[in-house]
Amino acid sequence: MSLSINNQSNIVVENLNVFYNQRHALKNINITIPSNKLTAIIGPSGCGKTTFLKCFNRLIENNDNINVTGNFLVNGQNIYQPNIEITEIRKKMGLLSQRPYPLPMSIYDNITYGPKIHGEKNKEKLDHIVEFYLKEANLWEEVKDRLHSPANNLSIGQQQRLCLARGLAVEPEFILGDEPTSALDPISSKHIEQKFLELKNKYTIVLVTHSLRQAKKIADYVIFMYLGEIIEHGSVEEVLLNPKNQLTKDYVNGEIN
Amino acid sequence: MSFLKYRLRMDKNVHLIMKILTVFSIVTILAILLGLLYKAYPILKTHSLTNLLLSKDWFPQKELFGLFPFISSTFQVTGLAMFIAVPFCLLASIYLSEYASKSITRLVLPLIDILAGIPSVIFGIWGIILIVPFIRDYVAPFFGKVSSGYSILTGGIVLAVMLIPVMVNILLEVFNTVSRGYKEASLALGATKWQCIKHVLLIKSAPGIISAIALSLSRAFGETLAVLMVVGNVTKSPKSILDPAQPLPALIANNYGEMMSVDLYDSALLLASLVLFIIVLFFNIIARVILRRLEKNNH
Ligand SMILES: Nc1ncnc2c1ncn2[C@@H]1O[C@H](COP(=O)(O)OP(=O)(O)O)[C@@H](O)[C@H]1O
Ligand SMILES: [Mg+2]
Repeated sequence: MSLSINNQSNIVVENLNVFYNQRHALKNINITIPSNKLTAIIGPSGCGKTTFLKCFNRLIENNDNINVTGNFLVNGQNIYQPNIEITEIRKKMGLLSQRPYPLPMSIYDNITYGPKIHGEKNKEKLDHIVEFYLKEANLWEEVKDRLHSPANNLSIGQQQRLCLARGLAVEPEFILGDEPTSALDPISSKHIEQKFLELKNKYTIVLVTHSLRQAKKIADYVIFMYLGEIIEHGSVEEVLLNPKNQLTKDYVNGEIN
Repeated sequence: MSFLKYRLRMDKNVHLIMKILTVFSIVTILAILLGLLYKAYPILKTHSLTNLLLSKDWFPQKELFGLFPFISSTFQVTGLAMFIAVPFCLLASIYLSEYASKSITRLVLPLIDILAGIPSVIFGIWGIILIVPFIRDYVAPFFGKVSSGYSILTGGIVLAVMLIPVMVNILLEVFNTVSRGYKEASLALGATKWQCIKHVLLIKSAPGIISAIALSLSRAFGETLAVLMVVGNVTKSPKSILDPAQPLPALIANNYGEMMSVDLYDSALLLASLVLFIIVLFFNIIARVILRRLEKNNH
């Protein structure tokens, strides 16, 4: 089995606006996410990072009274068109959330959950998927003897790697991370960061992070958001080392929190 | 006295009060149990327990106190009510928590609360006016039977309707406590809403669902007035659910305090209470055991 490698994977966002009730949470977002790179979204808490990330797989629509306008083009197709099959969009996006949410089933079943709901039934193939992606997430050695015990018994760090493996097992084109290391101990964080560095050759990754250190270390491209707007975006050197905008300068120097 | 000392003493006092209250509630249960045992003792001394529980003959004047018809009616009415209420409530609360729009929930939830607050005598009257004739004129003839309409089925239906608001309220609460992160994790993998419900929501809420069922079950076993009004109150063993019957609570409420001239009658009715109490206790313990097991796996 090989990982899907698709150099056409691209995301273009045009005039994206999001309202929670009356609250204007994302204002006129225009951005092209570079393919097969790791893009970090940074900004003070409450600036709309999570909201933006949830637009990628339309989880944002799980809120009441949400209103999304604008174009969100994934490989040229606007995913907010009415006739789009939402599960297909989500299958393309692997999500790693702020803290791990292992599904209430065994380690094995967590990995096969995605492939199964998309129709994979072959037992041998499923076995193979489990081993392959657990290895991919550096978890195989730690859990290979207890694949059928509840995923909940794993440590938080192991759970987050399980969630990564689970996300990869549906063969997404994009990986979305919403501060995926913020709840982890330093060693587990390192594991995940290291993994992201390897994965960015194969996937287009968008990573929300609260840590400038992390952005500097693993990102290629950086988006700085403030109060629902994109203030500045560009390479790590441009945004983090030589910011042009005063707000970005203040944030990078730790003067905004 | 210093402020710190004061705080520490308050802490101790509050702790002590809570301990006393906890002990008190346990003692109450034991006291009820012992009281019933004490009062039921005379009949247990003169009649064999198996005979009391399994005999179908209830003729107090002849000193025959077979409780079987009442025990069996209790299980039939309660079982029927649960059989109707559990699937209905599960589906209704899944709909309300996962599918219904805000405007629908805002309309339905207060209605359910109102339903929960209606006294049971009203449910009884509603059963007499609506369900009794419905069973008599439509359901029984459909099965080629003759029924007065006062039957186990009627009792089960009325009881089910009474259980609905309580169970829906608890289930909604239970579904609400499942962190939305789990649902989002499942959705993010491309699952449909129903797949999320089946594989995540219901599994995550399994302990809560069991508790909701156990709580409703205890209530169903004990609910007296509304059932008594529609169930027919005869002491024969029912042959079908279209026959009248008399569950334990109805037996006790109908007869306690009357005809106490018959020796042992009083003792027999308290034995009936004891049996009811033990049934409820037993199902509660079963629920605890299942809960413990569920929580060990996965949760
Ligand atoms: N479900 C919601 N309903 C209403 N407002 C929300 C909701 N989620 C987030 N917000 C608001 O939208 C803004 C952006 O939030 P969020 O995207 O979570 O920020 P970040 O992830 O950058 O901390 C905040 O002001 C927040 O209060
Ligand atoms: Mg956030």
